[in-house]
Amino acid sequence: MSSGQIERTIRRLAREILDHNRGQQGLALVGIRRRGVPLAERLARALWEMQAVKVPVGHLDINLYRDDLSSVATQPIVQSSEIDFPLSRKIVVLVDDVLFTGRTVRAAMDALVDYGRPKAIQLCVLIDRGHRELPIQAHFVGKTVETDAAEMVEVRLKEIDRREGVLLVEPAS
Amino acid sequence: MSPEAIAPQSGASTPPASRGGPVSFNAKHLLGIEPLSVDQIQLILETAKSLREISTRPIKKVPTLRGKTVINLFFEASTRTRTSFEIAAKRLSADAINISTSASSIVKGETLVDTARNLEAMAPDVIVIRHSSAGAPHQLAGSCTACIVNAGDGAHEHPTQALLDALTILDHKPALKGLRVAIIGDIAHSRVARSNCLLLGKMGARVTVCGPPTLLPVGFERMGAPDGPPAVTDRMDEALDGADVVMMLRIQMERQREAFFPSVREYFRYYGLTASRMRSAKPDAIIMHPGPINRGVEIASEVADGPYSVILGQVASGVAIRMAVLYLVIGGREQPPQAPEG
Amino acid sequence: MSALLVKGGRVIDPAQELDHVSDVLLEDGRVSRIAPGLQASGIPVLDASGLIVSPGLIDIHVHLREPGREDEETIHSGSEAAAAGGFTSICCMPNTDPVNDNPAVTSFILKEAERRALTRVFPIGAISAGSAGERLAEIGEMVNAGAIGISDDGKGVMDGQLMRRAMEYSLPFKIPIIEHCEDLNLSAHGCMNEGYQSTVLGLKGMSRTAEDAMAARDIMLAELTGAHIHIAHLSTSGAADLVRQGKSKGIHVTCEVCPHHFTLSDAACRDYDTNTKMSPPLRTEEDIEALLEAIVDGTVDCIVTDHAPHNPNEKMLEFDQAPFGIIGLETALGLVLTRLYHTGLISLPRVVELMSTQPAQLINQPLGHLKAGAAADLTLFDPDAEWVYDLGKTRSKSRNSPFHGTALKGRVAATIVAGKIVYRCPEYFNGLA
Repeated sequence: MSSGQIERTIRRLAREILDHNRGQQGLALVGIRRRGVPLAERLARALWEMQAVKVPVGHLDINLYRDDLSSVATQPIVQSSEIDFPLSRKIVVLVDDVLFTGRTVRAAMDALVDYGRPKAIQLCVLIDRGHRELPIQAHFVGKTVETDAAEMVEVRLKEIDRREGVLLVEPAS
Repeated sequence: MSPEAIAPQSGASTPPASRGGPVSFNAKHLLGIEPLSVDQIQLILETAKSLREISTRPIKKVPTLRGKTVINLFFEASTRTRTSFEIAAKRLSADAINISTSASSIVKGETLVDTARNLEAMAPDVIVIRHSSAGAPHQLAGSCTACIVNAGDGAHEHPTQALLDALTILDHKPALKGLRVAIIGDIAHSRVARSNCLLLGKMGARVTVCGPPTLLPVGFERMGAPDGPPAVTDRMDEALDGADVVMMLRIQMERQREAFFPSVREYFRYYGLTASRMRSAKPDAIIMHPGPINRGVEIASEVADGPYSVILGQVASGVAIRMAVLYLVIGGREQPPQAPEG
Repeated sequence: MSALLVKGGRVIDPAQELDHVSDVLLEDGRVSRIAPGLQASGIPVLDASGLIVSPGLIDIHVHLREPGREDEETIHSGSEAAAAGGFTSICCMPNTDPVNDNPAVTSFILKEAERRALTRVFPIGAISAGSAGERLAEIGEMVNAGAIGISDDGKGVMDGQLMRRAMEYSLPFKIPIIEHCEDLNLSAHGCMNEGYQSTVLGLKGMSRTAEDAMAARDIMLAELTGAHIHIAHLSTSGAADLVRQGKSKGIHVTCEVCPHHFTLSDAACRDYDTNTKMSPPLRTEEDIEALLEAIVDGTVDCIVTDHAPHNPNEKMLEFDQAPFGIIGLETALGLVLTRLYHTGLISLPRVVELMSTQPAQLINQPLGHLKAGAAADLTLFDPDAEWVYDLGKTRSKSRNSPFHGTALKGRVAATIVAGKIVYRCPEYFNGLA
């Protein structure tokens, strides 16, 4: 997926989010660190450009909510979560780059409810690569990709990686 | 690794930029500042900054260490440090158990190693130990499978205090590097002085320690060398000159009986921090104290309660630092590496 | 009539300036002849080819813990460890429970030694009653019962006047006054050497001055009284200088050094291993250099172990709470050969002088040489054998040594006391003789 394709996909996703939530008040975007954060920011920008809708954006670090802390070799680096608006009665759209096992989203939902009680939580991802381990589905999907469980999907965004694109990487043998 | 682009992309072989800074703590114990690298110190401080936010939430708890057991093993009374560790453990959802015993093992007739083995039967993940004997945490680490966190051992180290002091300084100063820090008081018996000296030296601050010559131990000028050993002086004005940070140490009243100085009155005359003395420091210098304060002994009330005192900020930083330390040591266990979650 | 022929060893006896390959015939507990090519039929033969044959090693500073702490060591177990370390004679310090401050305890030790010890045992009596540093012990009575010297070892005699009286009073008995030089006020309840390392470790330091000051006082008192002052376990460069000066002024001062003090520095305390805690404490690299120099230039008269067994439970305490002292009988010769001989600092005859000839003279015993008619006390050792000290195999009842797992070069092959083989290293003698 090229930089242009990513941009077009984001605009399409913004449109879908608007359509889906037409007539609703209190939309908010929360990006899951790290690459969910710039995606959420871009979605917010798209929403503003399309409909002049101003949507607050929060950042969520899910490491404190992971379910594999006692099995990973070293603790993941915890970064701060920044949600400086109240969540109650909000429709929160969680944003992440890749939906895979679903465990990250599970952790994110647990984290979100510690901040307050949103009216609804929806999920928006750039890539859905399948292989779910939990009963979780995204409301908004940029692109569905057939993958091998061992393959890796790398999303690169210019805010973090300096270049842009989506790659399917085969595991080193 | 052979990249296969989902869609063609130019220059696809460049790997994503690696995140700057340290990536793992890689230590099972926190026995002191001395064995820590700059990266490890930075990681603890950064993690603590991230965890601070939890204490501002309506629900001040995250599930991170659910099911983990933290034993606070205190051989020396210290309500504030113990409480700080206890809150830290609970905010991370760990079960915190406090065992306070004022008697050292020689009085109880049970050796430290025996005590440790008994605790092991409770399968703790972390033992936080405070002990009046230097080295007790090291001995415990040698005979336990739990992670050991030193909460102060004799006159040796108090690593979480130095870390929380650093975090407090960073609330007021942009960086530790290049800062001039004066540590004043009973250097000889102070684990806080040692840990702070080591930490600040590693982080590039310029430390001056100061006290009456009877309370300046032999060889302190080599402490932490070659990282940035401290200057040592017995003249307070010299220590305060141009200081960005002034750390006052507690004077224990029994030191007077041991004839390290003749009287509290005389001590305060030469080494007490007063508003007029503070004029040698930088105008925006901050004042710290590990507490509890002896007003009128090492620090005048007007200074302790004054605008530059960040003493209460130190207490708040303590919980965040201890949360970070508990989180990181539990992850520092030697386990086979696994692929990260997708 | 018992006899033993030690064949083909390199016999080193500094007392006779003897150093050549020879046979030694032992008869009725005495040395009877030393000559090459001795033939004897019907006599057991010990093949000493490739080994050094020296007069039996003598350790004049050992703690045997009996009476009182038989859980830590007994006269029997201590003598077994001594024999395994090549020692044929050991002198035991009086800080037992009760203290050896009267002839009854002295006699008890000698009787027990006669019954159960593998080596010769010479008791050292206390200077003061109960080693409390207040009034003189029954020095004459103890000498009469068999004590060969006096000491309040474990701590220094703080009262200078009492020390002067002890020296004066002992003059007619011609015994050494062995002083543990430590001004207890200056050492201030420290638990390791005072210096950079103690500062870093946050442990209370014992200043070197605490040793030097008392050594200086005692040497001056020896000059005043004409007594023989023997500085125990000398560990500082300052005290070495004081002894050197005292000797040059003709004062009757002698001193001893322990292998751990010239092998390890206070940096060894870094892991808070209580087996690095002893008194005097491990000092600095500069002190080690000074001790080596003092050994080379003859300031040091003998090597001793200060073998101090402790119950493992006590050594498992916090560093500042744990007792002082380490065991050393089985590692002494290996450490001396490794650190002093193989480094080229001293010769093998000098090793024998420091560990046999001179200690015998210090305690006024007719030992430490192999002249015809002398006691048949011999140590056979292989100076080049490489081995690793294994605490699991120690004969001592205690296990407090910092040298577990240490590679050493130079090993005891056999120990002979009064013509009887009391120790045989299985690597050299497998059930022979």
